[in-house]
Amino acid sequence: MIKAILIFNNHGKPRLIRFYQYFAEDMQQQIIRETFHLVSKRDDNVCNFLEGGSLIGGSDYKLIYRHYATLYFVFCVDSSESELGILDLIQVFVETLDKCFENVCELDLIFHMDKVHYILQEVVMGGMVLETNMNEIVGQVELQNRMEKSEGGLSAAPARAVSAVKNMNLPEIPRNINIGDINIKVPSLSPF
Amino acid sequence: MLGYDVSWAAFNIVEVMSSSKFTYKRIGYLAASQCFHEGTDVIMLTTNQIRKDLSSPNQYDTGVALTGLSCFVTPDLARDLANDIMTLMSHTKPYIRKKAVLIMYKVFLKYPESLRPAFPRLKEKLEDPDPGVQSAAVNVICELARRNPKNYLSLAPLFFKLMTSSTNNWVLIKIIKLFGALTPLEPRLGKKLIEPLTNLIHSTSAMSLLYECVNTVIAVLISLSSGMPNHSASIQLCVQKLRILIEDSDQNLKYLGLLAMSKILKTHPKSVQSHKDLILQCLDDKDESIRLRALDLLYGMVSKKNLMEIVKKLMLHVDKAEGTTYRDELLTKIIDICSQSNYQYITNFEWYISILVELTRLEGTRHGHLIASQMLDVAIRVKAIRGFAVAQMATLLDNAHLLTGNTQRNGICEVLYAAAWICGEFSEHLEDPMQTLEAMLRPKVATLPGHIQAVYVQNAAKLFATVLQKHEGETDSQVAQETSQLLIERLPLFVQSANLEVQERASCIIQLVKYIQKLQQKNVEVADEVTALFAGELNPVAPKAQKKVPIPEGLDLDAWINEPPSESESEDEKPKSKAVFAKEEPKHSRRHTEVDEKELARRREVRKQEQANNPFYIKASPSSQKVFDAPGVEHIPVVQIDLSVPLKVPGMPMSDQYVKLEEERRQKDKADKKKKDKKKKREKRGKGRKADSGPESEEDITPAQQVDIVTEEMPENALPSDDDDKDPNDPHKALDIDLDKPLADSEKLPVRTHRPEVLKSPAEDRENESIPQESKKKSSKEKKEKKKDKEKDRKRSKEEKKKKKKHKEVEEELMESQPEEAVQSEDTKEMAVPPTSAEEVTAPSSTAAVDTSSAAAAESEPDEPKDTEPEDTKSSKHKKKKQKKEKEEKEKKKKKRHHHHHHHRHHSDGGGEDSVQNGTVEDEEPLPPMSNYSLLAENSYIKMVYDIQGNHQDESKVVVSVIFENKSDSFLKSMEFNVLDSLNSKLQRPDGAGPHDGLTVPFQLPPGVSNEARFVFTVQSIVMPQKLKGTLTFIVKSEESSTHEKLDFKLHFTCTSYLITTPCYSDAYAKLLESGDLKGSSLRLEGVNMPFHHLLARICFHHHFSGALTSQRSL
Repeated sequence: MIKAILIFNNHGKPRLIRFYQYFAEDMQQQIIRETFHLVSKRDDNVCNFLEGGSLIGGSDYKLIYRHYATLYFVFCVDSSESELGILDLIQVFVETLDKCFENVCELDLIFHMDKVHYILQEVVMGGMVLETNMNEIVGQVELQNRMEKSEGGLSAAPARAVSAVKNMNLPEIPRNINIGDINIKVPSLSPF
Repeated sequence: MLGYDVSWAAFNIVEVMSSSKFTYKRIGYLAASQCFHEGTDVIMLTTNQIRKDLSSPNQYDTGVALTGLSCFVTPDLARDLANDIMTLMSHTKPYIRKKAVLIMYKVFLKYPESLRPAFPRLKEKLEDPDPGVQSAAVNVICELARRNPKNYLSLAPLFFKLMTSSTNNWVLIKIIKLFGALTPLEPRLGKKLIEPLTNLIHSTSAMSLLYECVNTVIAVLISLSSGMPNHSASIQLCVQKLRILIEDSDQNLKYLGLLAMSKILKTHPKSVQSHKDLILQCLDDKDESIRLRALDLLYGMVSKKNLMEIVKKLMLHVDKAEGTTYRDELLTKIIDICSQSNYQYITNFEWYISILVELTRLEGTRHGHLIASQMLDVAIRVKAIRGFAVAQMATLLDNAHLLTGNTQRNGICEVLYAAAWICGEFSEHLEDPMQTLEAMLRPKVATLPGHIQAVYVQNAAKLFATVLQKHEGETDSQVAQETSQLLIERLPLFVQSANLEVQERASCIIQLVKYIQKLQQKNVEVADEVTALFAGELNPVAPKAQKKVPIPEGLDLDAWINEPPSESESEDEKPKSKAVFAKEEPKHSRRHTEVDEKELARRREVRKQEQANNPFYIKASPSSQKVFDAPGVEHIPVVQIDLSVPLKVPGMPMSDQYVKLEEERRQKDKADKKKKDKKKKREKRGKGRKADSGPESEEDITPAQQVDIVTEEMPENALPSDDDDKDPNDPHKALDIDLDKPLADSEKLPVRTHRPEVLKSPAEDRENESIPQESKKKSSKEKKEKKKDKEKDRKRSKEEKKKKKKHKEVEEELMESQPEEAVQSEDTKEMAVPPTSAEEVTAPSSTAAVDTSSAAAAESEPDEPKDTEPEDTKSSKHKKKKQKKEKEEKEKKKKKRHHHHHHHRHHSDGGGEDSVQNGTVEDEEPLPPMSNYSLLAENSYIKMVYDIQGNHQDESKVVVSVIFENKSDSFLKSMEFNVLDSLNSKLQRPDGAGPHDGLTVPFQLPPGVSNEARFVFTVQSIVMPQKLKGTLTFIVKSEESSTHEKLDFKLHFTCTSYLITTPCYSDAYAKLLESGDLKGSSLRLEGVNMPFHHLLARICFHHHFSGALTSQRSL
């Protein structure tokens, strides 16, 4: 079982958080912080497995992560998952993102948070691996996007809703986003 | 969402979820999956929406609903939607199928009852044409099987087939992992697996698969005890492959290789030990995870010979390590390695003590208490080392400022706790107690944590006693008086402590010392008395000792100490009414003392335990007086002072020198041994030690000191069984369900259909329904085959009609919350039969025959409701098929019928084991037995089921038949059955037995055997339901040991259990009708999905109602 999937950047800002077991929000933040702390201080040339996330799981759980450009992809899994398998799954996930967004970068994850989730939903469901075949995943995602388009997409949202969003008083609208080299370079890895 | 609370939007999310547009629906479900959880209250509003989406024609609507649901499924949702999801498992689109299969796991977790009904279909999906669905099914079953492997052993052949045929690495990995979980339960499976797995290891190029194969082979080899010829070959292969992994440049593979290696280590340490070089090399790796794994491996590689060497290497690492976590890990590992299996590998405890002392110099470690407990443990258990330990600890105390100087190193000051205690407790070994005493009373001590100060104060008193003792005989008592003066000067500092413990101890001791000073001035000899304060040997207590204290016989902590108030009141009132106050008093006090004695005994027991566990408690028994003849201090080595190293505490020996010393000693030993070859003396060690398995002949290495490791104390007749520390809240525990048992109708998933009028079938329908019912009964006695078959036919068709009308929704809460009486009253009205008050029916008479036949009828009945299976929702087509099937079955039934009833006759008595194939049920579904015996209590040794029957001869008595079944492998004997009587119900005991004595069960139980015993109870009122608490005590006797066990139970007397079957013939019935005593009431019960006559049969069976039916027939 996968217990959580976390994606955060080099500074620990979460970009995608998916827990398959309920944690209260403050606990979630703590977990993200702790995980970032554990992962970020590791060199790139050490192994991708980590034990000892004390907040999530305990001894049966492992953090399996990969670092791409500015983003860390961290999967928290228990002993029923194959470590190398999950590493491969992360690769599949990132490659799928790359295909769907065409050269995916951190900004894609920021501005298309929903889409990233939809893609993830085709890969992992309820903590269990649903599909590992990239073509199948991309196919299903695209079919659903097409359906959305045929409905007019989000732009066809009622005017009321749009104006409501516009008038929303967000205290922290990111003014200028200045990120250096954010393109995730997906190295082609041999399967497994 | 992203760690922010969005629960305020929960309701809006529900609104968006219910949008008809896919775009919004998808967003809604996404939001819900991110922020809904079991505590979200609006979640119950979503049930219908989700159901609608699940059955949507658009597969993606269904898809998002399933995905969303997988994240927030609650027990309620799981129960309500289980059936819908189950139908989706056979959806035409594989996309939906695989999602439905995966989500079933979540449903099982939340609603374990769904597992059995859904399992056959899940099994089907293992062979689904679509690889995605197949993989999902494998995934789910692997998750299930990981927690409760034994229930899934029967799937092994299927998985075996999949393993040999599948090419999907994901599926293969999962299956191989599953096999790893199954093999410990079935060694034969392991034997079969080895060959295909080794083939895979040789052939596969995928590292992940290779790794899992190696892992499972290891699991197989662990499960196979030994004796396989190619055993060592497989191990060799695994180790060899793992070596390749470890040597790989990829850090991930290196890590995994070490991980797997540590598994082999447990059973085959020798094969791993040959790779020691590689593992020591990994210790130098720059990757922390890998270093930690290598450390794990080291644990198993030590032997007497190389322990010092390995620890020396680790100590070097400790010095070099930069991160505190890694250093802490090293520290714990060093201690683990040294202390494993009762210090098995330590030959020189002086060396170990100095290692511990060196470890105290670690900066900022969190593990001060660990070092402290090791120091205490060694000092207490190894008597020979005490002198040395005390000397070391005294130095530590003297240099305490080095440890406490830095506030950041707070963790380490725990060590002072141990040091102070050791110096105090074994102060007779101290060279200069005066100096140590002075060190312990420095003002700086007041900055230490409270619990440490408390130990300081207490042990200062012990030291004081020693000093007095030493100087008693001398002519001028200067030293002794100085010491008292020192204490009196320094202790006030502690009296002011904020810590209560410190304050209290300091106050006590200061008063004591003042008193002693006075006596000293008068030249009174006090030393002996003061020492007597601290006399007594402290022995180590096993960590689980407290847990293992057997509960004294007859102690029931749940029982009332005094009678519960309502009852005692009525008791008290009687004497009061006589107004003899004086008479009442003694009665009261007598009872009190009796209770008090029991209570006191218990408390005493508890206190003894506490004392045993408390290192500060000094046992009072004079027999274990402290031995004062100190074994001398000769073997304290000459201390080397090395000032070049900055942080070295002066006066502390370096552990390194012991390595050299040890070498020399061993050389010498060898030489010695050659001389007196034969006499090889080995010291006695702790009981838990294992045979040495090191590669070298370790027998040759004798320890430096004659070491006597004191074994840990255990309470007398401690329970042998280790309590399993399973978490009772583990959701997977509920899924421990036997899947091979056939489905009972009560287990069917609730099916949602529209609710038609309940029980609107016309009256005649009911009439007809009941006629075949009882005619069947008659036939069971009279065997009128033909007529019965006709009626059966008629009944069949009726049933068929009725079924269509019938509502099938089972509202479980309703079923449970309604007391059985409700069913009964409904029944009363419909049948117009008279159980208006229980007494009427209980009128005893000898109708055992009727009883039997009714039981038989009921048993032959139960399971047409099979037909109301969930599939019914599907279509009427299905139903037609079924009708046909049933016709065929009727033919079969005719043949079987005769045989059946005979069969039932035989069985109706024994109840418990009955499971008779019933003609009316489809072939693949054997019947669940219907038995009057219900579970009384159960533990790992014994299972008790019981039945309550009225007594025909004596109305005030009921007989409780209890079947005892021995579930263990041991012999059970001396069973004693005891019940706490209530005012209403009393267990009948033989004459002369007291009201609290138990009854001996008149038999013993060999393993696996069951037997029945009957106990008679006298009952005052039968209109009062009762629950009686009781205990069964017994002795479990196995080959090695015999233990006392007990099992608590609650005997439940319902009013209906008092009923006795009585025939009521037409004239009596007519009279009854005339009398007008009959009352009727009705109650509507919804959600019963059983045909009426089954329900009736059940009610009759469980409540001894067959008299009612008979009387109706005679009408």
